[in-house]
Order: sequence, then C-alpha cells, then structure tokens
Amino acid sequence: MNIKKILPQLLTLLVVILIFGFFSYNAQVNMENRGITFGYGFLSQESSFDVQFSLIEYDGSHSYFRAYLVGLLNTILVSVIGIFFATIIGVVVGIARLSNNYLINRTAAVYVEFFRNIPLLLQIFFWYFAALRALPLPQDTEPMFGVFFLTIKGFFVPAFVWNNLDIFIYSIIAAIITIIFVRIYSRKKQEKEGIQIPVFSISIGLLIILPLLSFLFGGVNASVEVPVIKQLSQSGFTYEGGIKLPPELISLALALSLYTATFIAECVRAGVQGVSKGQKEAAASIGLTPNQVLKLVVMPQALRIIIPPTTNQYLNLTKNSSLAAAIAYPDLVLVFAGTALMQTGRAIEIVSITMLTYLSLSISISIFMNWYNKKIAIKEK
Amino acid sequence: MNKLNFLQPDKNNLNTYLYTGVILVAFSIFIVFLNSFFNKDIVSFLPGPISFFLPLILGFIGLHLIRIDYSGYKFLESINKNINTNNFNAFLSLLIVFVVIKSLPPLLSWFIIDANIAGDSKDVCTGSGACWTYIKIWFNRFMYGMYPNPEQWRINLSFIALAFLGTIGFFATEKFKKYLTLYYVVVYPLIAFFFIFFFISGGPIFFDFSYGIIAAVISIIIGFFIPSKFKMYYFIIVPITLYILLKYVFFYEELIELGKLEALEWVETGAWGGLSLTFIVSFFCLIFCFPIGLFLSLGRRSDFPIIKYISIGMIEFWRGVPLITVLFMSSVMFPMFLPEDMFIDKLVRVIIAISLFEAAYVAEVIRGGLQALPRGQYDAAKSLGMGYWKMHILVILPQALKLVIPGIANTFLALVKDTPLIFVVGLLEIVGMLNLAKTNPEWLGFAMEGYVFASVLFFIICYAMSKYSYNLEQKYKTER
Repeated sequence: MNIKKILPQLLTLLVVILIFGFFSYNAQVNMENRGITFGYGFLSQESSFDVQFSLIEYDGSHSYFRAYLVGLLNTILVSVIGIFFATIIGVVVGIARLSNNYLINRTAAVYVEFFRNIPLLLQIFFWYFAALRALPLPQDTEPMFGVFFLTIKGFFVPAFVWNNLDIFIYSIIAAIITIIFVRIYSRKKQEKEGIQIPVFSISIGLLIILPLLSFLFGGVNASVEVPVIKQLSQSGFTYEGGIKLPPELISLALALSLYTATFIAECVRAGVQGVSKGQKEAAASIGLTPNQVLKLVVMPQALRIIIPPTTNQYLNLTKNSSLAAAIAYPDLVLVFAGTALMQTGRAIEIVSITMLTYLSLSISISIFMNWYNKKIAIKEK
Repeated sequence: MNKLNFLQPDKNNLNTYLYTGVILVAFSIFIVFLNSFFNKDIVSFLPGPISFFLPLILGFIGLHLIRIDYSGYKFLESINKNINTNNFNAFLSLLIVFVVIKSLPPLLSWFIIDANIAGDSKDVCTGSGACWTYIKIWFNRFMYGMYPNPEQWRINLSFIALAFLGTIGFFATEKFKKYLTLYYVVVYPLIAFFFIFFFISGGPIFFDFSYGIIAAVISIIIGFFIPSKFKMYYFIIVPITLYILLKYVFFYEELIELGKLEALEWVETGAWGGLSLTFIVSFFCLIFCFPIGLFLSLGRRSDFPIIKYISIGMIEFWRGVPLITVLFMSSVMFPMFLPEDMFIDKLVRVIIAISLFEAAYVAEVIRGGLQALPRGQYDAAKSLGMGYWKMHILVILPQALKLVIPGIANTFLALVKDTPLIFVVGLLEIVGMLNLAKTNPEWLGFAMEGYVFASVLFFIICYAMSKYSYNLEQKYKTER
C-alpha cells in the first residue's frame, strides 16, 4: 500500500467523521438546552391523539408505538390498492400503446404523456379538492347498483359478514398448495413422457371447487351488510353499516395509480418491444401454437425486461404515498412524523424511525431485486 | 352480378358494400353527434337498451362491411389498416370516437362557452362553466407569490437576462466553443447567483455575494497564467482567501456605508412564491445535483474501499427515503444539528435537501452509463498514459454522459415535478399558492379552475423539457 492510495481515503473519512461529529455535538448541546434526553422510551407512552381512519383498533389511550403501527398499516393499505390498480391500468395501456389501431394507440399515448407530465401532488389535490368535492351529499346520493354510495363524505360499500371465515381461508390455502403440487407433477410428467396436462384449467377448477366445498360442508356462509342512510342532525346525514372508504384514501389511491400506471405502461411497452421478432418466428417455425409462443417464448423474455423497472415503480409508489400528508390521509408521515412529532417534540428520534422504515423497505426490495436479476439473467455460454 | 354475402364482404360487389357501410357508419356517428351537441335523441322511439346501443351496433356493422382488402381506394385502405383491422379493433375505434364526440360538448362549454373571464370580481361568474376571472385576478400571485407588486420587475428582469445568457451557446462562434463548458459550468451559475441574490432578494446580502463573484472572476483571470501543475491548489486556496480579504479587510467600512444606502428593498425568501419560485428552486437544484451526482457515481466505482462504501451509503440512503421525509428532516431535524446561533435560510435548506436527494438518482443514472462503456475504453486511455482525472474527463465521461441523456432528463423532470413538495416547509410555489387562494373566503369554490390552470402550465413545461431531451439525444447520438 502506498501513500497515494491511503491519503484520499483517510481525508474523506476524516471529513465525514468531522461532519457527523459536528452534527452530533450540536444535537447534544441543543437537546440539553431544551431538556430532552435522547431515547426511544416515549414510544410506550400514551399518545392521547385520535386518528380518523385506522385499520386496527386505536384511540388516544394507546401508545405512540400503536400510532406508528396505525400509520404504517395505512401506508401499506394505500400502497397495495395503488399497486393493484396501477398494474392493471399500466398493463392495459402499455399493450394499447403497441396496438396497430391508430386511435387506441394515440389515446394511450395521450394518457401517458398527460398524466406523467403533471406533478403527482397536483393530481392528488385535483382529485381531493376539485373532483371529489363535486360529489353529492349523502342524502342526495343515487345508489350505484343499489348498494354502492359515492358521496362527498366517502365511498360506502357493502361489507361481508362471515361465519367461519378461517375455514374458508384454509380452503383457499389448500387449493393453492394443491395447485403447486399439480404444477410440479405435470412438469415432471412432461419431461418424462412428453404428455401435457391442462394445468391452467385444473388450477381454476381447484380454486373454485375447494372454497365451494367449504361453503357446502364447512359451515361457511357470508351475508352482505348494505350501508343504510342515517340522520345525524337536521341537515347532517351519513351511512351506517358496510365499509366506508374516506375520500382521502380514494383520491390518494386514484392519483397514485393513474400516475404510476403511466410509468408501468412504458415499462410494459419496452419489454414487449424488447423481444426480437426472430424469437417469435423461430418459435413458430418449430411448430409452437400462437398461445404457446406467447406463453413459452415471448412472455418469459418480456417479463425479464419488464419486472425490474416495474418493481422500481412499485417502490416509487410506496414512497410517493407519503404525499398523503398533504391531504390529511393518516399515513405514516402524517400520523407519526406529523402529529406525534408535534406532541413529543422528539424530532431526531421520530424522523429517524420514519426514514428507517422507508429505507428498510426499499433496501430489502432492492436486495431481493438484485437476487432476482441474477437468477433470471441469461447465462451465456 | 355476384352473390352478396354480407358476412364476408369482398371486392366483387365493392360499391354495394361500400355505400351501405359508409351510410351506416355515418348514420351512427350522426346519431351520437345529435345526441351530444343538440341533446336530441332521434331513435328514442326504440326501447331503452336498444336505442342506447344502436349507434354502436350500426357502426360496427358498417365498419365490418367496408373491411375489404385490395379495394383500390387509398383512403379506404388506410382506414382499414389503421383503425379497422378486425372486429375487436373496429369496436374499440367506434367506442373511442363516440366517447370523444360525447365528451366534447361538456368540455367545450366548461372551458369556453359558459366560462367567464370579464370583470374583476366573483359576481361575474354566474355561468356553469369555468371562472377564468379567478385566474385573471390571482394571476400575479400565482406567478410571483407574496412578492411585493412594485418590485416584481426584478424577477422578470432576472429571468429574461438568465434566459438570454443561457442561449449564448447557440450563437457562439467556433473560436469560443471550447470555453462553452467552462461558461455553463462555472460562469453561468455564478451569474445566476448574482441575479437571484442581488435582484430578487435585494438588501445587503448582495454585497456578500458580489465579493464572491469578484473573487471568483479575479482568480479565474489570474488562473490562466498559473502553470497547470499548481492549478488544483491554486483554485482551492486563492478564491477563498480573496473572498475573506474582500469581505473583512478591504470593504468592511464601505459595506456598512453602502448597507445604509439600501439600493434595493430586501424581500425575504418567505415572500417568494408562485411559478417563479418553482423556477428558482428547480434551477438551483438542477445546477447542484448534477456535479454531486457525478462525484457520487465516480465514487461508487472507485477502487478505494472507503470512498466506495461512503458513496454507496449516500446513494442508497437518499434513494430509499421519500422526498417529503427529507424535507421534514431539513425543516424540523436539521436545525437541531446546528449551533444555536447559526441559522440557515429556509429556501437554502430546501435547495440543499432536494439537490442531495436528486443527486443520488443522477448518480445511479450516470453509473448506468459508466457501466455501459466497454473496458477497452479504460484500457486504451490508461495505455496512453492518462491519469484518473484526465482519463475520465477526456475519454470516459463524454461517452458515458452521452449515453445517459434520456435518464438524466427524466431525473430533471422528476425534480421539476417534485418542487411543489416544498409546501412542507411553508414555501408556497404555484401549487401552494393555489391552495392558499382556494381558502380565501372571497374566492371559495374555484379549486377546479386553479388546478386545471396549474396542470396546463406544468404539462407545457415538462412536455417541452422531454421533447428537448429527445432532440438532444438524437443530436448526440453516435454510432458505436
């Protein structure tokens, strides 16, 4: 080792250490002046603030940690909804972009160019403050299909009331496990004897039959609880029963999925275009049917291109869901880095926990993606 | 006369099929047109569902009839090829045409026919359409935020001057072309600083920065005569010394006297806002995030383990967290890290935060370009006896940056679209101003107009940027 190699590294290290030292020294002094001691003990204290919308039971008597969980679950909820719809819209639009129909092609292109060139925050505001505010009041709402009520106070949908839900879930899990076994068996059989089993139709059949059996013999039954209008005061109405989706959630999910779908559409388009024409022709020339060409040749190669950037977009969507704070949807940032921080004043602890949550999420996904990329990479000889 | 087979139209009875098909399609479009523009349903005598689907059915049959190969008519062939290849495509095309016709009248009436723009108070907005009066009255605020009205020429002048200076590169003659990079990387940002802090901010801050500029200019001029061996050290030491000398030794007395003169009224950054703030924030973040990202990407590919892991840590940290938490950090957590008497302006903190955040993304994009270069380029440069910096500046970076123009443009677009987030620290650029105007008791209920206006503005800016980057990409495309 010579001096030329060590010196720049030492210098960089020194600068970094100096900056961190400076910051932590100041933080110590500042906290001493304000009489705060650093620590995460406050997480178990009583939070004494309420959250409007929560998936788990929560009120002011619960701890700050519980508030953190509420925020985290709400973030996950909106991300999952957003990812679900963004994927559907994105795939449809991406395929529409490849259509040889001029009108469809143009419509998809206009959609993509329009929605991805407008800031996401603006779109969230648009849906929340402009579009959803034009909805009718609860008492004036016309029901959709008799059971859905889209009002200015939120979207009221009927809820299922289950008996023996656990047996139903077990039946679905059993169906999935059976399907996996069927797939393994069919692959082995094909490798040995060259006989193909219609795996797809068998899987669908299993997915329908096993849960159906649980209805017939397992004592599972579900009833539907339809929301009913209820008068609160002279002019205040609301709906009772069923599930209420607050307008914050709807507008956030809508904006996130419409915005992210444009990027997913571009990924899908690039992926399908990335499979060369020769591949399809070669596959057809060895006697594969068009369905087999799509399933065995085109899709595996296209997915290899599509999946990594799409995962990135999912990650972006999850991170973008933190914009919820702007319209008061109680997500992690609003509940924890907003309300809890205001109450406790523990800026360093709370911001660091919030950042670590997002950081661990994205790092774990990127580690998974690296592993996945390595696994599916074409191994050239 | 051949037999007519309506299930399989062919060329033999071309005219029969063609006339029937065209009449059917035209009639179906006519029905929808009347329905949407004149609110007249001429097929209302039919039962409900049939009259609703009739245009679709008629048009579908019509398109089926005109789907004839080798008809000899150019127009027909291009229609068949583009929107009418098979039944499914025909159906979708009809659906799109009908939806467009159906949605035109409400859109037109909202945007233009029933909209109001005259007058200067809310009372003129009685129609069911948009109230553009609201935009007209608030236009000034949307552009300049809370910046005092009589001082707004300062913003205009700065932007016009900067735009003009930014285009100098297009007019430069061959002789000066080699100085362009220096100009855009060093001189132009400095001039921009000068304008923003002298004209837009005003007040005594100007003197601080003018010293910086004087120091920089003097040292650059002298720098030409310094042997290249010492240039590195020279450019680190001399400008800082000059600045300190100017500030504390030579001009100290004058500063106080001139400060009393108060040439321009000082406008604090909290009053800046609107679209101009969007531009200022994006502009500075753009300038800063590129070099930081460049160094991070070089650091990540460095052979020195410590530098490599510090760069990786930086990049992964900033990429892993949402921007809003970074801004939260800069507003509530960062002041805790500073000495109590030290205060950094809100706008500066925001610019630093966004720059670091975007720099991580720029770094990853540039890394992609660096990785795409074949090893031979490095080996060739090394075999010519080039050192690390010479190799990167002359051989590697010009090629790598060319490759990543689209990626960098995307990152810059993301940056511009991220600027509205600065509402977290209380700075109101255009979206923030919209939200402020929306809650004004005299102008309640015009949220839609505001958001549509801002959307159009952002769309124009971002779309122009993406098209420009596409042109740039085409211009610098080299065959490899």
